[in-house]
Amino acid sequence: MSASAHDSQVFPGITLNTPPWSGTSRHLADACATLGRLLRVALVGLVLPALLLGLWWLTAQRAWIAPQILPSPAFVWESLCIVLDSGELWPHIGHSARRVGWSLLLGGGAGLVLGFGMGLSSTLRAYLLPTLRALAQVPVIGWIPLLIIFAGIEEPLKLWAVSLAVAVPVMLTMLDGIANISTTLLEVGRVYCFSPVQILRRIVLPATLPSLFSALRQGVMQAWLTVIFVELLSASDGLGFFMAYSRSLGQIDMVIVSMAVIGAVGILIEVLLRLIERPLQSWRRAAF
Amino acid sequence: MTTSSPPEARWDLRAFALPALILLAWSAVTWLQLVDTKVIVPPWKVIDTALSELGRSDFYMGVVMSLWRDLAGFSLGAVAGIALGVLLGVSSLAALLIGPTFHTLRQISLFAWLPLLGAVAGSGNLSKIIFVAFSTFYPVVLATLAGVQGVSQAHAEVARVYGFTHSQIFWRLILPSASPQILSGIKLGLIYAWLATIGAEFLLYDFSNGLGMIVIRGRSAFRVELILFGLLAIGLIGYGFNRLAEAAERRLLRWRAPAC
Repeated sequence: MSASAHDSQVFPGITLNTPPWSGTSRHLADACATLGRLLRVALVGLVLPALLLGLWWLTAQRAWIAPQILPSPAFVWESLCIVLDSGELWPHIGHSARRVGWSLLLGGGAGLVLGFGMGLSSTLRAYLLPTLRALAQVPVIGWIPLLIIFAGIEEPLKLWAVSLAVAVPVMLTMLDGIANISTTLLEVGRVYCFSPVQILRRIVLPATLPSLFSALRQGVMQAWLTVIFVELLSASDGLGFFMAYSRSLGQIDMVIVSMAVIGAVGILIEVLLRLIERPLQSWRRAAF
Repeated sequence: MTTSSPPEARWDLRAFALPALILLAWSAVTWLQLVDTKVIVPPWKVIDTALSELGRSDFYMGVVMSLWRDLAGFSLGAVAGIALGVLLGVSSLAALLIGPTFHTLRQISLFAWLPLLGAVAGSGNLSKIIFVAFSTFYPVVLATLAGVQGVSQAHAEVARVYGFTHSQIFWRLILPSASPQILSGIKLGLIYAWLATIGAEFLLYDFSNGLGMIVIRGRSAFRVELILFGLLAIGLIGYGFNRLAEAAERRLLRWRAPAC
Protein backbone atom coordinates (compact mmCIF):
# COMPACT_ATOMS: atom_id res chain seq x y z
CA MET A 1 0.00 0.00 0.00
CA SER A 2 2.83 2.35 0.64
CA ALA A 3 3.48 2.40 -3.08
CA SER A 4 0.71 4.94 -3.49
CA ALA A 5 2.34 7.25 -1.02
CA HIS A 6 5.59 6.95 -2.88
CA ASP A 7 3.94 7.53 -6.21
CA SER A 8 2.45 10.76 -5.07
CA GLN A 9 5.86 11.79 -3.86
CA VAL A 10 7.68 10.92 -7.05
CA PHE A 11 4.96 12.20 -9.33
CA PRO A 12 3.55 15.22 -7.56
CA GLY A 13 1.15 15.77 -10.45
CA ILE A 14 -0.74 12.56 -9.77
CA THR A 15 -3.62 12.94 -7.37
CA LEU A 16 -4.97 9.87 -5.68
CA ASN A 17 -8.20 11.31 -4.45
CA THR A 18 -10.66 8.93 -6.08
CA PRO A 19 -9.38 5.39 -6.17
CA PRO A 20 -11.94 3.10 -7.79
CA TRP A 21 -12.12 0.70 -4.85
CA SER A 22 -14.64 0.81 -2.09
CA GLY A 23 -14.84 -0.14 1.56
CA THR A 24 -11.85 -0.43 3.83
CA SER A 25 -9.26 -0.52 1.08
CA ARG A 26 -10.48 2.85 -0.06
CA HIS A 27 -10.10 4.24 3.43
CA LEU A 28 -6.63 2.76 3.53
CA ALA A 29 -5.76 4.29 0.20
CA ASP A 30 -7.09 7.63 1.38
CA ALA A 31 -5.05 7.39 4.53
CA CYS A 32 -1.96 6.52 2.54
CA ALA A 33 -2.56 9.40 0.17
CA THR A 34 -2.94 11.77 3.11
CA LEU A 35 0.19 10.35 4.66
CA GLY A 36 2.04 10.78 1.40
CA ARG A 37 0.86 14.35 1.07
CA LEU A 38 1.90 15.11 4.64
CA LEU A 39 5.30 13.53 4.00
CA ARG A 40 5.71 15.61 0.86
CA VAL A 41 4.70 18.78 2.69
CA ALA A 42 7.18 18.00 5.44
CA LEU A 43 9.97 17.28 2.96
CA VAL A 44 9.39 20.47 0.98
CA GLY A 45 9.12 22.43 4.20
CA LEU A 46 12.49 21.16 5.31
CA VAL A 47 14.28 22.42 2.20
CA LEU A 48 14.64 26.00 3.37
CA PRO A 49 15.81 25.17 6.91
CA ALA A 50 18.33 22.77 5.38
CA LEU A 51 19.59 25.50 3.05
CA LEU A 52 19.86 27.98 5.90
CA LEU A 53 21.66 25.43 8.03
CA GLY A 54 24.00 24.72 5.12
CA LEU A 55 24.70 28.42 4.69
CA TRP A 56 25.35 28.78 8.41
CA TRP A 57 27.64 25.74 8.35
CA LEU A 58 29.51 27.09 5.32
CA THR A 59 29.86 30.52 6.93
CA ALA A 60 31.37 28.94 10.02
CA GLN A 61 33.50 26.52 7.97
CA ARG A 62 35.03 29.22 5.80
CA ALA A 63 35.23 31.60 8.78
CA TRP A 64 33.40 34.37 6.88
CA ILE A 65 32.22 35.54 10.26
CA ALA A 66 34.56 35.03 13.22
CA PRO A 67 33.58 31.98 15.34
CA GLN A 68 33.45 34.23 18.41
CA ILE A 69 30.59 36.05 16.74
CA LEU A 70 28.83 33.21 14.93
CA PRO A 71 29.78 29.75 16.21
CA SER A 72 29.36 26.69 14.02
CA PRO A 73 26.09 24.71 14.07
CA ALA A 74 27.90 21.67 15.51
CA PHE A 75 29.20 23.74 18.40
CA VAL A 76 25.76 25.16 19.12
CA TRP A 77 24.29 21.66 18.99
CA GLU A 78 26.90 20.50 21.50
CA SER A 79 26.07 23.40 23.78
CA LEU A 80 22.39 22.56 23.53
CA CYS A 81 23.10 18.97 24.53
CA ILE A 82 25.29 20.11 27.42
CA VAL A 83 22.65 22.54 28.69
CA LEU A 84 19.87 19.98 28.38
CA ASP A 85 22.02 17.37 30.13
CA SER A 86 22.96 19.58 33.05
CA GLY A 87 19.39 20.80 33.40
CA GLU A 88 20.74 24.32 33.78
CA LEU A 89 18.01 25.85 31.64
CA TRP A 90 14.94 24.34 33.31
CA PRO A 91 14.87 26.71 36.32
CA HIS A 92 15.21 29.67 33.96
CA ILE A 93 12.33 28.44 31.84
CA GLY A 94 10.35 27.92 35.04
CA HIS A 95 11.01 31.47 36.24
CA SER A 96 9.94 32.97 32.93
CA ALA A 97 6.85 30.77 32.81
CA ARG A 98 5.92 31.70 36.38
CA ARG A 99 6.14 35.39 35.54
CA VAL A 100 3.98 34.90 32.46
CA GLY A 101 1.45 32.91 34.47
CA TRP A 102 1.09 35.42 37.29
CA SER A 103 0.93 38.33 34.89
CA LEU A 104 -1.75 36.61 32.84
CA LEU A 105 -3.75 36.22 36.00
CA LEU A 106 -3.20 39.76 37.29
CA GLY A 107 -3.06 41.71 34.04
CA GLY A 108 -5.59 39.56 32.27
CA GLY A 109 -7.99 39.87 35.20
CA ALA A 110 -7.61 43.63 35.33
CA GLY A 111 -8.01 43.87 31.56
CA LEU A 112 -11.13 41.72 31.62
CA VAL A 113 -12.72 43.73 34.43
CA LEU A 114 -11.93 47.03 32.72
CA GLY A 115 -12.99 45.79 29.30
CA PHE A 116 -16.29 44.37 30.51
CA GLY A 117 -16.96 47.32 32.78
CA MET A 118 -16.40 49.89 30.08
CA GLY A 119 -18.13 47.77 27.47
CA LEU A 120 -21.31 47.48 29.51
CA SER A 121 -21.46 50.90 31.14
CA SER A 122 -21.31 53.99 28.99
CA THR A 123 -20.69 56.14 32.06
CA LEU A 124 -17.59 54.20 33.01
CA ARG A 125 -16.48 54.32 29.38
CA ALA A 126 -16.88 58.07 29.25
CA TYR A 127 -14.80 58.55 32.39
CA LEU A 128 -12.03 56.00 31.87
CA LEU A 129 -11.62 55.18 28.20
CA PRO A 130 -10.00 58.39 26.88
CA THR A 131 -7.37 58.35 29.63
CA LEU A 132 -6.66 54.66 29.24
CA ARG A 133 -6.45 54.98 25.47
CA ALA A 134 -4.02 57.85 25.85
CA LEU A 135 -1.87 55.83 28.27
CA ALA A 136 -1.91 52.88 25.89
CA GLN A 137 -0.20 55.02 23.27
CA VAL A 138 3.13 54.59 25.02
CA PRO A 139 4.45 51.13 24.17
CA VAL A 140 4.51 49.01 27.32
CA ILE A 141 8.26 48.62 27.26
CA GLY A 142 8.49 52.39 27.34
CA TRP A 143 7.01 52.33 30.83
CA ILE A 144 9.68 50.04 32.17
CA PRO A 145 12.23 52.73 33.13
CA LEU A 146 9.53 54.49 35.11
CA LEU A 147 8.45 51.23 36.70
CA ILE A 148 12.06 50.59 37.67
CA ILE A 149 12.03 53.80 39.71
CA PHE A 150 8.82 52.85 41.48
CA ALA A 151 9.08 49.08 41.73
CA GLY A 152 12.83 48.55 41.81
CA ILE A 153 14.49 46.00 39.60
CA GLU A 154 13.30 42.93 41.45
CA GLU A 155 10.33 40.67 40.96
CA PRO A 156 7.57 43.34 41.31
CA LEU A 157 8.98 45.17 38.29
CA LYS A 158 8.63 42.12 36.06
CA LEU A 159 5.14 41.34 37.25
CA TRP A 160 4.04 44.94 36.80
CA ALA A 161 5.55 45.27 33.35
CA VAL A 162 4.24 41.98 32.02
CA SER A 163 0.83 42.50 33.61
CA LEU A 164 0.56 45.89 31.96
CA ALA A 165 1.51 44.35 28.65
CA VAL A 166 -1.28 41.78 29.08
CA ALA A 167 -3.92 44.15 30.43
CA VAL A 168 -3.88 46.67 27.57
CA PRO A 169 -4.66 44.34 24.65
CA VAL A 170 -7.09 42.27 26.74
CA MET A 171 -8.99 45.38 27.71
CA LEU A 172 -9.15 46.82 24.18
CA THR A 173 -10.11 43.50 22.60
CA MET A 174 -12.89 42.87 25.09
CA LEU A 175 -14.16 46.39 24.60
CA ASP A 176 -14.29 45.87 20.84
CA GLY A 177 -15.94 42.51 21.28
CA ILE A 178 -18.71 43.95 23.40
CA ALA A 179 -19.15 46.94 21.12
CA ASN A 180 -19.57 44.57 18.17
CA ILE A 181 -22.40 42.53 19.68
CA SER A 182 -25.12 42.84 17.11
CA THR A 183 -27.91 45.15 18.19
CA THR A 184 -30.39 42.62 16.80
CA LEU A 185 -29.41 40.14 19.48
CA LEU A 186 -29.77 42.77 22.18
CA GLU A 187 -33.16 43.77 20.80
CA VAL A 188 -34.30 40.16 20.88
CA GLY A 189 -33.23 40.10 24.51
CA ARG A 190 -35.24 43.21 25.17
CA VAL A 191 -38.30 41.81 23.42
CA TYR A 192 -38.13 38.73 25.61
CA CYS A 193 -37.74 40.98 28.68
CA PHE A 194 -34.39 39.48 29.67
CA SER A 195 -33.07 40.53 33.03
CA PRO A 196 -29.60 42.13 33.05
CA VAL A 197 -28.17 38.85 34.32
CA GLN A 198 -29.84 36.97 31.50
CA ILE A 199 -28.57 39.45 28.94
CA LEU A 200 -25.09 38.95 30.30
CA ARG A 201 -25.30 35.17 30.44
CA ARG A 202 -27.31 34.47 27.29
CA ILE A 203 -26.16 37.20 24.91
CA VAL A 204 -23.05 39.05 26.02
CA LEU A 205 -20.95 36.10 27.15
CA PRO A 206 -21.56 33.83 24.15
CA ALA A 207 -21.22 36.72 21.71
CA THR A 208 -17.93 37.85 23.24
CA LEU A 209 -16.45 34.36 23.45
CA PRO A 210 -14.44 34.80 20.23
CA SER A 211 -13.05 38.10 21.49
CA LEU A 212 -12.26 36.44 24.79
CA PHE A 213 -10.06 33.98 22.95
CA SER A 214 -8.43 36.57 20.79
CA ALA A 215 -7.83 38.58 23.98
CA LEU A 216 -6.27 35.53 25.62
CA ARG A 217 -4.12 34.92 22.57
CA GLN A 218 -2.91 38.51 22.40
CA GLY A 219 -2.36 38.59 26.13
CA VAL A 220 -0.21 35.49 26.05
CA MET A 221 1.76 36.73 23.06
CA GLN A 222 2.38 40.13 24.64
CA ALA A 223 3.31 38.53 27.94
CA TRP A 224 5.86 36.27 26.30
CA LEU A 225 7.30 39.19 24.31
CA THR A 226 7.54 41.45 27.33
CA VAL A 227 8.89 38.90 29.77
CA ILE A 228 11.88 38.29 27.51
CA PHE A 229 12.40 42.03 27.18
CA VAL A 230 12.28 42.70 30.92
CA GLU A 231 14.58 39.81 31.64
CA LEU A 232 17.02 41.01 29.02
CA LEU A 233 16.97 44.47 30.57
CA SER A 234 17.32 43.54 34.21
CA ALA A 235 16.92 40.19 35.93
CA SER A 236 18.85 37.58 37.80
CA ASP A 237 17.00 34.59 36.41
CA GLY A 238 14.75 33.63 33.53
CA LEU A 239 15.39 32.85 29.89
CA GLY A 240 16.01 36.47 28.94
CA PHE A 241 18.55 36.80 31.71
CA PHE A 242 20.31 33.61 30.60
CA MET A 243 20.56 35.13 27.16
CA ALA A 244 21.87 38.51 28.28
CA TYR A 245 24.32 36.79 30.63
CA SER A 246 25.66 34.50 27.90
CA ARG A 247 25.96 37.49 25.60
CA SER A 248 27.98 39.41 28.17
CA LEU A 249 30.28 36.41 28.55
CA GLY A 250 30.63 36.25 24.78
CA GLN A 251 29.05 32.80 24.62
CA ILE A 252 27.08 33.30 21.45
CA ASP A 253 26.40 29.57 21.22
CA MET A 254 24.38 29.85 24.43
CA VAL A 255 22.57 32.89 23.03
CA ILE A 256 21.52 30.82 20.02
CA VAL A 257 20.56 27.92 22.27
CA SER A 258 18.32 30.22 24.31
CA MET A 259 16.78 31.55 21.10
CA ALA A 260 15.95 28.00 20.12
CA VAL A 261 14.45 27.33 23.54
CA ILE A 262 12.44 30.56 23.38
CA GLY A 263 11.18 29.52 19.97
CA ALA A 264 10.27 26.08 21.28
CA VAL A 265 8.32 27.61 24.14
CA GLY A 266 6.61 29.88 21.62
CA ILE A 267 5.54 26.86 19.58
CA LEU A 268 4.31 25.15 22.73
CA ILE A 269 2.25 28.23 23.60
CA GLU A 270 0.78 28.28 20.09
CA VAL A 271 -0.16 24.60 20.29
CA LEU A 272 -1.74 25.06 23.72
CA LEU A 273 -3.73 28.08 22.54
CA ARG A 274 -5.08 26.13 19.59
CA LEU A 275 -6.00 23.22 21.83
CA ILE A 276 -7.91 25.55 24.11
CA GLU A 277 -9.60 27.40 21.28
CA ARG A 278 -10.81 24.43 19.28
CA PRO A 279 -13.35 22.68 21.50
CA LEU A 280 -14.74 25.85 23.04
CA GLN A 281 -15.41 27.53 19.75
CA SER A 282 -16.81 24.53 17.92
CA TRP A 283 -20.42 25.38 18.81
CA ARG A 284 -20.26 28.42 16.54
CA ARG A 285 -19.71 26.30 13.47
CA ALA A 286 -23.13 24.75 13.76
CA ALA A 287 -24.63 27.95 12.37
CA PHE A 288 -23.04 27.47 8.96
CA MET B 1 -27.03 63.70 31.79
CA THR B 2 -30.37 63.78 30.05
CA THR B 3 -31.37 61.05 27.68
CA SER B 4 -31.73 63.52 24.81
CA SER B 5 -27.99 64.15 24.65
CA PRO B 6 -26.10 62.00 22.12
CA PRO B 7 -24.54 58.90 23.70
CA GLU B 8 -21.00 59.68 22.53
CA ALA B 9 -20.50 63.40 22.30
CA ARG B 10 -17.43 64.53 20.40
CA TRP B 11 -15.99 66.35 23.37
CA ASP B 12 -17.30 64.62 26.40
CA LEU B 13 -16.14 66.60 29.42
CA ARG B 14 -16.23 63.45 31.53
CA ALA B 15 -13.12 62.32 29.68
CA PHE B 16 -11.13 64.95 31.51
CA ALA B 17 -12.31 63.98 34.98
CA LEU B 18 -9.77 61.24 35.55
CA PRO B 19 -6.70 63.10 34.20
CA ALA B 20 -7.69 66.18 36.20
CA LEU B 21 -8.13 64.08 39.33
CA ILE B 22 -4.75 62.42 38.84
CA LEU B 23 -3.06 65.75 38.19
CA LEU B 24 -4.71 67.26 41.24
CA ALA B 25 -3.73 64.38 43.51
CA TRP B 26 -0.23 64.39 42.07
CA SER B 27 0.21 68.12 42.66
CA ALA B 28 -1.29 67.88 46.14
CA VAL B 29 0.92 65.08 47.44
CA THR B 30 4.07 66.65 46.02
CA TRP B 31 3.12 70.14 47.18
CA LEU B 32 2.47 68.94 50.71
CA GLN B 33 5.64 66.80 50.64
CA LEU B 34 3.65 63.72 51.58
CA VAL B 35 5.86 61.53 49.42
CA ASP B 36 9.49 61.37 48.52
CA THR B 37 9.65 64.06 45.84
CA LYS B 38 12.74 62.43 44.44
CA VAL B 39 10.66 59.43 43.39
CA ILE B 40 7.36 61.17 42.73
CA VAL B 41 8.49 64.42 41.22
CA PRO B 42 6.10 67.37 41.22
CA PRO B 43 4.36 68.12 37.92
CA TRP B 44 5.94 71.58 37.58
CA LYS B 45 9.35 69.99 37.65
CA VAL B 46 8.36 67.84 34.68
CA ILE B 47 7.19 70.95 32.84
CA ASP B 48 10.46 72.67 33.73
CA THR B 49 12.46 69.76 32.36
CA ALA B 50 10.28 69.59 29.28
CA LEU B 51 10.87 73.28 28.57
CA SER B 52 14.61 73.02 29.03
CA GLU B 53 14.80 69.81 26.95
CA LEU B 54 12.71 71.38 24.21
CA GLY B 55 15.30 74.15 24.04
CA ARG B 56 18.18 71.74 23.51
CA SER B 57 19.27 70.57 20.09
CA ASP B 58 20.13 67.20 21.64
CA PHE B 59 16.47 66.43 22.08
CA TYR B 60 15.61 67.20 18.46
CA MET B 61 18.57 65.13 17.31
CA GLY B 62 17.22 62.30 19.44
CA VAL B 63 13.76 62.58 17.94
CA VAL B 64 15.17 62.69 14.42
CA MET B 65 17.42 59.68 15.05
CA SER B 66 14.60 57.64 16.54
CA LEU B 67 12.26 58.57 13.71
CA TRP B 68 14.92 57.71 11.16
CA ARG B 69 15.48 54.27 12.69
CA ASP B 70 11.76 53.73 12.95
CA LEU B 71 10.88 54.76 9.43
CA ALA B 72 13.87 53.17 7.70
CA GLY B 73 13.23 49.87 9.43
CA PHE B 74 9.50 50.16 8.93
CA SER B 75 9.71 50.75 5.19
CA LEU B 76 12.14 47.88 4.69
CA GLY B 77 10.02 45.54 6.78
CA ALA B 78 6.73 46.61 5.23
CA VAL B 79 7.91 46.19 1.63
CA ALA B 80 9.52 42.83 2.37
CA GLY B 81 6.46 41.79 4.35
CA ILE B 82 4.00 42.61 1.55
CA ALA B 83 6.25 40.81 -0.94
CA LEU B 84 6.49 37.65 1.15
CA GLY B 85 2.82 37.77 2.10
CA VAL B 86 1.74 37.96 -1.55
CA LEU B 87 4.19 35.23 -2.50
CA LEU B 88 2.96 32.92 0.25
CA GLY B 89 -0.63 33.61 -0.70
CA VAL B 90 -0.24 33.23 -4.45
CA SER B 91 2.15 30.34 -4.85
CA SER B 92 1.39 27.09 -3.11
CA LEU B 93 4.98 25.99 -3.72
CA ALA B 94 6.28 29.04 -1.86
CA ALA B 95 3.79 28.37 0.90
CA LEU B 96 5.11 24.82 1.24
CA LEU B 97 8.72 25.89 0.92
CA ILE B 98 8.83 29.01 3.09
CA GLY B 99 5.68 28.74 5.19
CA PRO B 100 6.87 26.23 7.80
CA THR B 101 10.18 28.02 8.33
CA PHE B 102 8.44 31.38 8.58
CA HIS B 103 5.84 30.18 11.05
CA THR B 104 8.50 28.48 13.16
CA LEU B 105 10.85 31.46 13.28
CA ARG B 106 7.87 33.67 14.09
CA GLN B 107 7.54 31.88 17.40
CA ILE B 108 10.87 33.21 18.60
CA SER B 109 9.96 36.18 20.76
CA LEU B 110 10.95 39.38 18.99
CA PHE B 111 13.41 40.70 21.53
CA ALA B 112 15.20 37.37 21.68
CA TRP B 113 16.80 38.32 18.37
CA LEU B 114 18.47 41.39 19.83
CA PRO B 115 21.47 39.81 21.61
CA LEU B 116 22.47 37.82 18.52
CA LEU B 117 21.85 40.79 16.27
CA GLY B 118 23.92 42.95 18.59
CA ALA B 119 26.75 40.41 18.47
CA VAL B 120 26.75 40.06 14.69
CA ALA B 121 25.95 43.61 13.57
CA GLY B 122 27.10 45.65 16.56
CA SER B 123 24.88 47.97 18.53
CA GLY B 124 24.89 50.82 16.04
CA ASN B 125 22.18 52.05 13.75
CA LEU B 126 22.44 49.05 11.44
CA SER B 127 21.28 46.44 13.89
CA LYS B 128 18.58 48.74 15.25
CA ILE B 129 17.16 49.29 11.79
CA ILE B 130 17.34 45.57 11.00
CA PHE B 131 15.51 44.84 14.22
CA VAL B 132 12.79 47.39 13.50
CA ALA B 133 12.40 45.99 9.99
CA PHE B 134 12.09 42.54 11.47
CA SER B 135 9.37 43.48 13.89
CA THR B 136 7.40 45.24 11.15
CA PHE B 137 7.84 42.28 8.85
CA TYR B 138 5.85 39.67 10.82
CA PRO B 139 2.53 41.46 11.25
CA VAL B 140 2.64 42.75 7.66
CA VAL B 141 3.29 39.27 6.24
CA LEU B 142 0.48 37.73 8.25
CA ALA B 143 -2.02 40.44 7.34
CA THR B 144 -1.05 40.40 3.66
CA LEU B 145 -1.34 36.64 3.57
CA ALA B 146 -4.82 36.83 5.06
CA GLY B 147 -5.74 39.50 2.53
CA VAL B 148 -4.46 37.53 -0.46
CA GLN B 149 -6.21 34.39 0.71
CA GLY B 150 -9.39 36.43 0.87
CA VAL B 151 -9.30 37.45 -2.80
CA SER B 152 -12.60 36.25 -4.20
CA GLN B 153 -12.56 33.26 -6.51
CA ALA B 154 -14.90 35.04 -8.91
CA HIS B 155 -12.55 37.99 -9.35
CA ALA B 156 -9.62 35.65 -9.91
CA GLU B 157 -11.60 33.86 -12.61
CA VAL B 158 -12.48 37.12 -14.32
CA ALA B 159 -8.79 38.00 -14.32
CA ARG B 160 -7.98 34.63 -15.86
CA VAL B 161 -10.67 35.03 -18.51
CA TYR B 162 -9.27 38.41 -19.49
CA GLY B 163 -5.80 36.90 -19.67
CA PHE B 164 -4.24 39.22 -17.10
CA THR B 165 -0.46 39.18 -17.00
CA HIS B 166 1.30 38.54 -13.71
CA SER B 167 1.91 42.22 -13.04
CA GLN B 168 -1.71 43.00 -13.88
CA ILE B 169 -2.87 40.31 -11.50
CA PHE B 170 -0.74 41.87 -8.81
CA TRP B 171 -1.67 45.51 -9.38
CA ARG B 172 -5.28 45.12 -10.51
CA LEU B 173 -6.49 42.14 -8.58
CA ILE B 174 -4.45 41.28 -5.51
CA LEU B 175 -3.48 44.71 -4.23
CA PRO B 176 -6.96 46.24 -4.43
CA SER B 177 -8.66 43.16 -3.02
CA ALA B 178 -6.26 42.70 -0.17
CA SER B 179 -5.73 46.39 0.57
CA PRO B 180 -7.87 46.56 3.74
CA GLN B 181 -5.96 43.73 5.37
CA ILE B 182 -2.62 44.97 4.09
CA LEU B 183 -3.33 48.41 5.49
CA SER B 184 -4.38 47.07 8.85
CA GLY B 185 -1.19 44.99 8.83
CA ILE B 186 0.80 48.11 8.07
CA LYS B 187 -0.92 49.94 10.89
CA LEU B 188 0.01 47.13 13.25
CA GLY B 189 3.51 47.12 11.78
CA LEU B 190 3.84 50.82 12.52
CA ILE B 191 2.96 50.20 16.17
CA TYR B 192 5.41 47.32 16.38
CA ALA B 193 8.11 49.36 14.64
CA TRP B 194 7.82 52.08 17.26
CA LEU B 195 7.88 49.52 20.06
CA ALA B 196 10.95 47.93 18.50
CA THR B 197 12.69 51.27 18.05
CA ILE B 198 12.31 52.12 21.71
CA GLY B 199 13.14 48.57 22.79
CA ALA B 200 16.25 48.46 20.62
CA GLU B 201 17.39 51.80 22.02
CA PHE B 202 16.94 50.46 25.53
CA LEU B 203 18.75 47.19 24.98
CA LEU B 204 21.41 48.22 22.45
CA TYR B 205 22.55 51.26 24.32
CA ASP B 206 25.37 52.98 22.45
CA PHE B 207 25.69 56.61 23.64
CA SER B 208 24.16 57.91 20.43
CA ASN B 209 21.01 59.98 20.30
CA GLY B 210 17.48 58.74 20.51
CA LEU B 211 14.29 59.09 22.50
CA GLY B 212 14.87 55.75 24.21
CA MET B 213 18.31 56.96 25.23
CA ILE B 214 16.80 60.05 26.84
CA VAL B 215 14.69 57.79 29.02
CA ILE B 216 17.64 55.52 29.84
CA ARG B 217 19.74 58.57 30.68
CA GLY B 218 16.99 59.79 32.97
CA ARG B 219 16.91 56.45 34.73
CA SER B 220 20.64 56.17 35.26
CA ALA B 221 20.75 59.73 36.58
CA PHE B 222 17.62 59.02 38.65
CA ARG B 223 15.87 61.97 37.09
CA VAL B 224 12.25 60.87 37.07
CA GLU B 225 11.18 64.10 35.40
CA LEU B 226 13.37 63.27 32.42
CA ILE B 227 11.88 59.77 32.18
CA LEU B 228 8.36 61.17 32.28
CA PHE B 229 9.19 63.71 29.63
CA GLY B 230 10.71 60.99 27.43
CA LEU B 231 7.65 58.80 27.91
CA LEU B 232 5.42 61.70 26.96
CA ALA B 233 7.39 62.31 23.78
CA ILE B 234 7.36 58.59 22.91
CA GLY B 235 3.63 58.40 23.51
CA LEU B 236 2.89 61.51 21.49
CA ILE B 237 4.89 60.29 18.52
CA GLY B 238 3.26 56.86 18.73
CA TYR B 239 -0.13 58.56 18.83
CA GLY B 240 0.83 60.70 15.85
CA PHE B 241 1.80 57.60 13.88
CA ASN B 242 -1.49 56.00 14.74
CA ARG B 243 -3.53 58.98 13.60
CA LEU B 244 -1.45 59.29 10.44
CA ALA B 245 -1.96 55.62 9.62
CA GLU B 246 -5.69 55.89 10.24
CA ALA B 247 -5.97 58.95 8.02
CA ALA B 248 -3.95 57.24 5.29
CA GLU B 249 -6.11 54.15 5.60
CA ARG B 250 -9.30 56.17 5.21
CA ARG B 251 -7.88 58.09 2.28
CA LEU B 252 -6.55 55.00 0.49
CA LEU B 253 -9.69 52.97 1.00
CA ARG B 254 -12.06 55.73 -0.06
CA TRP B 255 -12.59 54.11 -3.48
CA ARG B 256 -14.14 51.08 -1.87
CA ALA B 257 -17.89 51.37 -1.71
CA PRO B 258 -19.05 51.66 1.89
CA ALA B 259 -20.42 48.39 3.20
CA CYS B 260 -23.63 49.89 4.52
